Amino acid sequence: MKIAILSGKGGTGKTTISTNLAWTLSKIKSVQLLDTDVEEPNDHIFFDISFTHEENVELLLPVVDNNTCIRCGECSKNCQFGAISVFESGAMVFESLCHGCGVCKMVCPVNAITENPKSIGKIMLGKINENLKFGMGLLNIGEPSGVKIIRQLKKHIDNSAEIVIIDSQPGSSCPVVETLRNVDFAILVTEPTTFGLHDLKLAFELVSEMNIPSGIIINRDSSKTKIIDDFAAEKGIPILMRVPFERKIAKIYSEGKLFTEYFPDYQEKFIAVYETIKELVK
Amino acid sequence: MKQIAIVSGKGGTGKTTLSSSLGILFDNAILADCDVDAANLNLMFNSKVLEKHEYYGGKKAIIDHEKCNNCGICKKICRFEAIVFDGSYKVDPYACEGCNACVISCPQNAIKLEESLSGKFYYSTSETKNIVHGNLTPGEETSGGLVAEVRKLAIEKAKSLKKEIVLIDGAPGIGCPATSSIAATYFVIIVTEPTSSGIHDLKRIIDTVRHFKRDFAIVINKYDINEKISKEIESFCQKENIPILGKIPFDETVENAILESKPIVIFKDSKAAKAIMEIYKKLIKIIKKEEKV
Repeated sequence: MKIAILSGKGGTGKTTISTNLAWTLSKIKSVQLLDTDVEEPNDHIFFDISFTHEENVELLLPVVDNNTCIRCGECSKNCQFGAISVFESGAMVFESLCHGCGVCKMVCPVNAITENPKSIGKIMLGKINENLKFGMGLLNIGEPSGVKIIRQLKKHIDNSAEIVIIDSQPGSSCPVVETLRNVDFAILVTEPTTFGLHDLKLAFELVSEMNIPSGIIINRDSSKTKIIDDFAAEKGIPILMRVPFERKIAKIYSEGKLFTEYFPDYQEKFIAVYETIKELVK
Repeated sequence: MKQIAIVSGKGGTGKTTLSSSLGILFDNAILADCDVDAANLNLMFNSKVLEKHEYYGGKKAIIDHEKCNNCGICKKICRFEAIVFDGSYKVDPYACEGCNACVISCPQNAIKLEESLSGKFYYSTSETKNIVHGNLTPGEETSGGLVAEVRKLAIEKAKSLKKEIVLIDGAPGIGCPATSSIAATYFVIIVTEPTSSGIHDLKRIIDTVRHFKRDFAIVINKYDINEKISKEIESFCQKENIPILGKIPFDETVENAILESKPIVIFKDSKAAKAIMEIYKKLIKIIKKEEKV
């Protein structure tokens, strides 16, 4: 079963939930944890990981041979991203705009365009313990999009693992969609604030549109407001768990440690979350 | 006119808390919420929408099944795995980047690109502030493009209203929406928090801001939640010659202010508001060039 951990708003506790859930479940099942927040991955900070595999993620960028180029401008006319322009002196590629789709090469009438791979990031795979495998992607600084890294990382989903936990990027745009493709369930992590609710609605809109069943975990829960509960009740979304606002938990997180190690009763709660999800997915 | 961006690699470190408060303190500023994935700034000001604009960022391929003869060339040619086959060939609109490769290569001319509405952006006003903000349609790409539209409109409005500052609440991460938030700004404020994740993400956003050659300084939010890591951040900044603009203490008033959707600086006597006041004073000096960054 593949479970994605989402949150519209950043900083609501995706990493906390993903790492603690994966670690707890690995005590009873074989688990793989994937960190697809390739812009700012954090899961690895919470574990001692022995990495066994590393690979580059590459984009194919066009290279124009200006001796062959006849300045016809077809490449620039067909590029949808404004990533190639033709001047008297020859064609120029704007790498940061290029999606690596290959259209310019396809339309060049004189075959003046070849392609060169450019690394945009990497994938690292490893093991946390016998029952817990780990994978993450890392986008290079200055690169605009990590979608391809997420796609390539997800090819390493271990089909022998009983549970795959995928920690997503915040928001609800293209990288999140890539994370959500082909998952069985989405956990929406939120906090009981106006912002939390606003962004939860967006995340819920996305999973609903993609037909992915979902449930909510309220992090930093407080008795001061019931806005998340009200929204969940209105939409019929199950609330899977609540983590109260406690300075102690915040401190443990700040040190890069798992709070379930210090509060074992939460291990039972996380296992119950999994049991609930199993029922909901049926 | 000067553009100041507030960013953080990691989400939830307090960008909106800081930018809404600075928005109140700078009475000659217009606000631009560039976190188009999750725009929250306007919620803080209870603002009314005056103008609504549509944003057509990208195109999507559509297959005409009358013309398609199931040859499958489109699927082979697509580098984004956006063509799926389930009895007939279809475009997965979430994966399609609108590159036109399938359109060009289809021997039946059965595919075309269609404009897709990727989001909306708004010009809103409240009693105290003018805000430009955008909402990306969930699942869309080209959020960097929408960020650019939000900034363009904010600059336009700042010019016509003779505002001196455009205060940008940036997107989290280091990818296209984040870099679109900081490109060509006058000054960047990076908000971080003293956690292991915070420090890790801080280093990546610093590298990104440096990549775009912007002047910047750091604000440590909730610095006293882990003073040891705060010290680590401070000594890192010292070593790297990065100025620290201020440190905001953990303050329960902030949680309450967010619950009430009010900028924390309104609660003048709170610890956090006082710290933000100091940050504001330093920032003024930097803008007036009285103090070197």
